[in-house]
Amino acid sequence: MKVLVAIKRVIDYAVPVRVKPDKSGVEALIPKLSMNPFCEIALEEAVRLKEKGVAAEVVAVSLGPQHFQETLRTALAMGADRAIHVAAGSGSVSEPPQPLGVARVLAALAAREGAGLVLLGKQAIDDDCNQTGQMLAGLLGWPQATFASKLEAAKGDLRVRVTREVDGGLEVLSLPLPAVITADLRLNTPRFVTLPSMMRAKKRPIESASLEQFGLAAADVAPQLTTLSVEEPPGRQAGTRVGSAVELVRRLREEARVL
Amino acid sequence: MEFDVVIVGAGPAGLSAAIRCKQIDPDLNVVVLEKGSEVGAHILSGAVLDPVGLNALIPDWKDKGAPVKTAVTSDSFVVLGPAGSARIPNWPMPRLMSNPGNYIVSMGNVCRWLAEQAEELGVEIFPGMAASELVMEGDRVAGVVAGEMGKNPDGTPGPSYEPGMELRGKYVMIAEGVRGSLAKQLIEKYDLSAGHEPQKFGIGMKEIWEIDPAKHKEGTVVHTMGWPLGKNAGGGSFIYHAENNQVFIGFVVHLNYENPYLYPYAEFQRFKHHPAIAELLEGGKRVAYGARAISEGGWQSLPKMTVPGALLLGCSAGMVNVPRIKGNHNAMLSGIAAANAAAAAIAAGREGDELVEYEQDVRTGPIAHDLKRVRNVKPAWSRTGMVGSLMLGGMDMWVASLFNRNILRTWKHGKTDAAATRPAKNYRPIDYPKPDGKLSFDRLTNVAFSFTNHEESQPCHLKLKDPTVPIRVNLPEYAEPAQRYCPAGVYEVVEDKSVPEGARFVINFQNCVHCKTCDIKDPSQNIVWTTPQGGDGPNYPNM
Repeated sequence: MKVLVAIKRVIDYAVPVRVKPDKSGVEALIPKLSMNPFCEIALEEAVRLKEKGVAAEVVAVSLGPQHFQETLRTALAMGADRAIHVAAGSGSVSEPPQPLGVARVLAALAAREGAGLVLLGKQAIDDDCNQTGQMLAGLLGWPQATFASKLEAAKGDLRVRVTREVDGGLEVLSLPLPAVITADLRLNTPRFVTLPSMMRAKKRPIESASLEQFGLAAADVAPQLTTLSVEEPPGRQAGTRVGSAVELVRRLREEARVL
Repeated sequence: MEFDVVIVGAGPAGLSAAIRCKQIDPDLNVVVLEKGSEVGAHILSGAVLDPVGLNALIPDWKDKGAPVKTAVTSDSFVVLGPAGSARIPNWPMPRLMSNPGNYIVSMGNVCRWLAEQAEELGVEIFPGMAASELVMEGDRVAGVVAGEMGKNPDGTPGPSYEPGMELRGKYVMIAEGVRGSLAKQLIEKYDLSAGHEPQKFGIGMKEIWEIDPAKHKEGTVVHTMGWPLGKNAGGGSFIYHAENNQVFIGFVVHLNYENPYLYPYAEFQRFKHHPAIAELLEGGKRVAYGARAISEGGWQSLPKMTVPGALLLGCSAGMVNVPRIKGNHNAMLSGIAAANAAAAAIAAGREGDELVEYEQDVRTGPIAHDLKRVRNVKPAWSRTGMVGSLMLGGMDMWVASLFNRNILRTWKHGKTDAAATRPAKNYRPIDYPKPDGKLSFDRLTNVAFSFTNHEESQPCHLKLKDPTVPIRVNLPEYAEPAQRYCPAGVYEVVEDKSVPEGARFVINFQNCVHCKTCDIKDPSQNIVWTTPQGGDGPNYPNM
């Protein structure tokens, strides 16, 4: 079974951001970029499937500007067999590709590669959309299991068992393959990129693909949404003291209007 | 794995050596290991660059887009008093101290550019990989171990443990910067400082400010002395107007100060409230903070720099020219010298021996010419104070510049910085003003702006030779100065009635900015700085 993993390059999780003075978006205080943590977890799971013999090949794919190739290099170092970079986007980090465009490319790629499973992070930490996996499943007509915290599959199985983290607790689903699964935090702890694996990864090629090869045009991956403004949340107001429970209820009803 | 040249540290010295190796022989296998998460993450410097090293390495650096663009347009030395200031005229100062032809740079950005040039030539650079151990073969340094990751806090292998990899080289170049951890091991093991003066250091703390464009004059260089340190310690500040309305403002305190209550970080913060400085910064915003020790020993403190199989580059040996307040040019020149020597030796079939040609080049070539003339300025300051250093050191530099001899001969530094610390009973705690949150900041808030980050679940990288010393010796004798000399608030003495000593020494290693001051200044020399996991530590932007 071939496993496709979608990888996004984002502002590193540890970097503080601030709202830009013109309110058009956020900017990072330092220009440090890394693989999206949830994509890392998805990739780690794919590599583990390969180590268990369930997956025959792990293919990492990224849609974005040129510099996304550096993160694909890390994907190779973590154990991906192949890495495909689909060029799109202006090159500025503040305009990352949007979920629907990414899903369209992944759908075309999954079909071309004959993937049996597509693993993604549940969301990217820059836009927090949490949409790409779901849209992809819809475009492909495949079953989906999102927020996966456990994945059980054995070699040769036609189904996978996924434990999902949901509001009420945990939900266990059984999905027929091929399927789309998005990774949540507790699925695994990604391995370190070791020096020997990075050395080998630097020598390996990263395939370049264009939208045309998938029968897509720039319009298919162009942003559908325009950000009108980004503002900081209002500052914290000072609290007020109330004299009794009766007063509290009255003020909650009349002033805060939550009762 | 075998290489021709293994370089530890992607700073100006290491990268210059890598580039020069490939320029001489493109077939050499050259690898550079860097503990920062990316090249530039751990680089902190003023800085004003004398392009002499860059010109020698990549003469067409301007066409290649080197981030060396802000020419120095104005240059002044100012002595501050508590409320006023007096400018020292430029004309009495020896020409070697003047800056026309030099550039205000961010060494972080310069190193990033140098790394690109190196990779284009085929150098393999691995950031996020810390070289933690030397590999010895008998008396010879055969390589280093790098990339060990995933140890539990108690030192045992964790679930994701990766053992490091041995990188062996015909020659190993240690370019770790000031007080490098592997360099320190080599200096101790081979007694490289025998016959030379001990190395001397300062702590340099720096902030980047975005200021009111009306107050910004790109290319301005200002150095101040005097207030607030006065007679308490040598040191002073630098203020460089860089591009993009940014000002690089920093403060250096010589670490041979005697009063254990001195608090270098607080001196830096208080300095910014001087009317002239406050005026510059008002309405601006601090965007980054960091700190790093700076070498000040100069010519007399250069240790022996070669051992079988390895050599010390740049500030791992200590090449800052104190009155010029520059070392990055010498770092690059030393990288070039090291590469020249190594490439020639490898071509002649040598490996693993001492590259005496390198040491000879440093001690007779352009680096010697730069450092010898100024060698008495820092000892003059230590012995006779700031004014004495200006007069005597200035005179000595003038005569050296004109006649190539230092009439003061060579003054000694005396003790190490750690040994200079005197007992706390001779002093009283210093009452520093509280930071106001606009011009001055408390230490922990500022540390957040170094963007330093350490994997919590790993052994503490700051090792104590004897864990009882901080509370048993340093606290009663010296009021445990680690609480004050560390610019990142790593060390705390916490009252604890539950232990017989009544207090505990707490090490918050996650705050560490890898400045190495603790390793230098601990009066008991009990703290040993070792490298944490690769990728940890500060993430300086354009420092």
